[in-house]
Amino acid sequence: MIAIQDVSKVYGQTTVLAEISLTVPAGTTLSLIGPSGCGKSTLLRVVMGLITADAGQVAIDSEVMTPHNRLALRQRMGYVIQSGGLFPHLTAHDNLTLVTRYLGWPAEQECRRIGELCSLTGIDQDLLARRPGKLSGGQAQRISLMRALMLDPPVLLMDEPLGAIDPLVRYELQNDLRSIFRKLGKTVLLVTHDLGEAAFLGDRIALMQEGRVIQDGPVRELLHNPATAFVEQFVTAQRSPLQDI
Amino acid sequence: MQGVITVLALCFSLLSSVALAQPLTIGSKLYTENVLLGHLAAQSLQDTGYPTVHNEQLGGTRILWNALLSGSIDVYPDYTGTITEEILAGQGIGSRQDMVAALSAFGVGVTGNLGFNNTYALGMRRAQAEALGIETISDLRGHPDLRFGFSNEFMERQDGWPGVSAAYGLAPLNVTGLDHALAYRGIASGDIDVLDLYSTDPEIAFYDLVALVDDQQFFPDYDAVFLYRQTLPPEAVAALERFAGAVDETAMIAMNAAVKLDQRDDAVVAGEFMRSRFGVVSEQSVSGLWPRFVQNTLDHLTLVSISLGMAIVVAIPMGVLAAKVRALESLLLGVSSILQTIPSLALLVLMIPLFGIGALPAIVAMFLYSLLPIVRNTHSGLRQIPAPVMESARALGLPNALILRRIELPMAIPSILSGIKISAVMNVGVATLGALIGAGGYGQPILTGIRLDNTALILEGAIPAAVLALLVQGLFDLVEKRMR
Repeated sequence: MIAIQDVSKVYGQTTVLAEISLTVPAGTTLSLIGPSGCGKSTLLRVVMGLITADAGQVAIDSEVMTPHNRLALRQRMGYVIQSGGLFPHLTAHDNLTLVTRYLGWPAEQECRRIGELCSLTGIDQDLLARRPGKLSGGQAQRISLMRALMLDPPVLLMDEPLGAIDPLVRYELQNDLRSIFRKLGKTVLLVTHDLGEAAFLGDRIALMQEGRVIQDGPVRELLHNPATAFVEQFVTAQRSPLQDI
Repeated sequence: MQGVITVLALCFSLLSSVALAQPLTIGSKLYTENVLLGHLAAQSLQDTGYPTVHNEQLGGTRILWNALLSGSIDVYPDYTGTITEEILAGQGIGSRQDMVAALSAFGVGVTGNLGFNNTYALGMRRAQAEALGIETISDLRGHPDLRFGFSNEFMERQDGWPGVSAAYGLAPLNVTGLDHALAYRGIASGDIDVLDLYSTDPEIAFYDLVALVDDQQFFPDYDAVFLYRQTLPPEAVAALERFAGAVDETAMIAMNAAVKLDQRDDAVVAGEFMRSRFGVVSEQSVSGLWPRFVQNTLDHLTLVSISLGMAIVVAIPMGVLAAKVRALESLLLGVSSILQTIPSLALLVLMIPLFGIGALPAIVAMFLYSLLPIVRNTHSGLRQIPAPVMESARALGLPNALILRRIELPMAIPSILSGIKISAVMNVGVATLGALIGAGGYGQPILTGIRLDNTALILEGAIPAAVLALLVQGLFDLVEKRMR
């Protein structure tokens, strides 16, 4: 479970996060959505402990994050970002094993885990010898997901994981991600700007505006019972392919 | 950091102990007569049973005098006028007794006059002087449009141009400083009209020059002597004193002419004088091109590799600190930038009071000089790592030291390597200046070549230095290509 309580963050004169409280129950997926600059990525970084909040706290499975347990807690969370997250000088294989090496996993355990994750994410083992520069966008994001899952963390944090992927591959990856989330029972906090993706992958959606959560609930609630005019505007601003024909 | 300092201190002390373990060291100034006198001292000391090293053409008076005071050299030839008017300037020294006492206060002894007076004079082409009716220095007052070219030391010395121009009220329009050997070429080609002469220069006769009469008796006597550290054993002092009154003007001009005009080896010419004057027979072999080339190459590579190696060990941690600790960033980058703005020649000379002469001060100067490119490139290499990569690394829960070692430094390597390349190529060039303070290397033949007006010798140093710079550049380019 992820519990975010009264988290605030101010940069200079700008309030980026204003007393945000959100809970993601264990085994469910919450999609964070909102316009650019609404603070959704900042919130994800606060949960990861990459940014320290000015006020409030974050708890992972009821363990409150402090400067002392931050490194250990990060190993209980997988982190996937839009692109560029893989280390370009290491092969895909070495990207995967950087943490397990550090933790001193025996080789056969490492090997077994990589095998499991390859079949889970549909990655051909031969690709693992390549460096990220030699992988397609979709392959690179699958490897990123594998790296996030190496330690089998209970929590996954994803920041626009499919933002830079072309539509066909993206469609396929969305399907794969949903089945992986269901199969593994992970607690997922997912940042996206695409309402369709948010609804497809998330059990609930939290819509943010200017550092605040405006509405938090199932997608139907946002569509049929928008809390504010902004929510209504946001959920209807989705273009259907047939709209103007 | 502590460890790095210890290693450096070890390197320095090792090098300086090597320098101190040397036998009696003779120094000489940049021009041929002084080099010849240095050879005479060395051969006489060897004949008396002392192993010697002759650090030829180290520089001007100041460098030799400071090297003598610091113990980097034990003996060097100088002239009484230079001692009283330049080294002990302003002390109002009137007699030899005064001079001996004043030198003794520095722990320096002086031999009797060797037998010739190599005074300064102002010279012109005979034809031009006669055409313009110039016989004395005073006559120059009427010709401010003549072009004056003086050796760099003469330009600065109290008994040189500043004193002469004040005493005679000369204010010519065009005065330049240049190397003494080059000044002769300048006057022969007509690029300059007036130059400073040493009265024992064989070029005076060779180029048909005339020394203008010093009608106000401005220039003092410049009797040649040896200056030595008083810690020298009495037998060694006796080996120097044997030259008192033994080298007359004719003999000195003849030796100068044999080297400068006939292009003969200076050690051999000095050896011939030792045999004819004292019956001392010594083997003065002229080292061949190859052994000389190999020695210069070894010296040069030693200078470059040690200084560069130390720079890498120190500069990479400095660059990491500059990138990681905001409080140190401008300090570390600033210090290494300032070091780089000091002209390399000046930096070399600044090292002499601290480290004496020879390889050590050259290596330290080159080390300081190579810091900036490596510090700056390490810093910028680390700073240029994309934010998403750093975020992913931190998100993995890895400790900072591991992130630095496995992610940041490997990603910064291309940048660091190109910094090392810049330093290495630069060092190959700077090392040629090392010869000026006795460090050897490819600068040695260049320096001798300039002194003897010998283009082949200059090329013997210049070509390998250029080739080495290209090789180093090519080697690094190859490594960079491999890594891509």
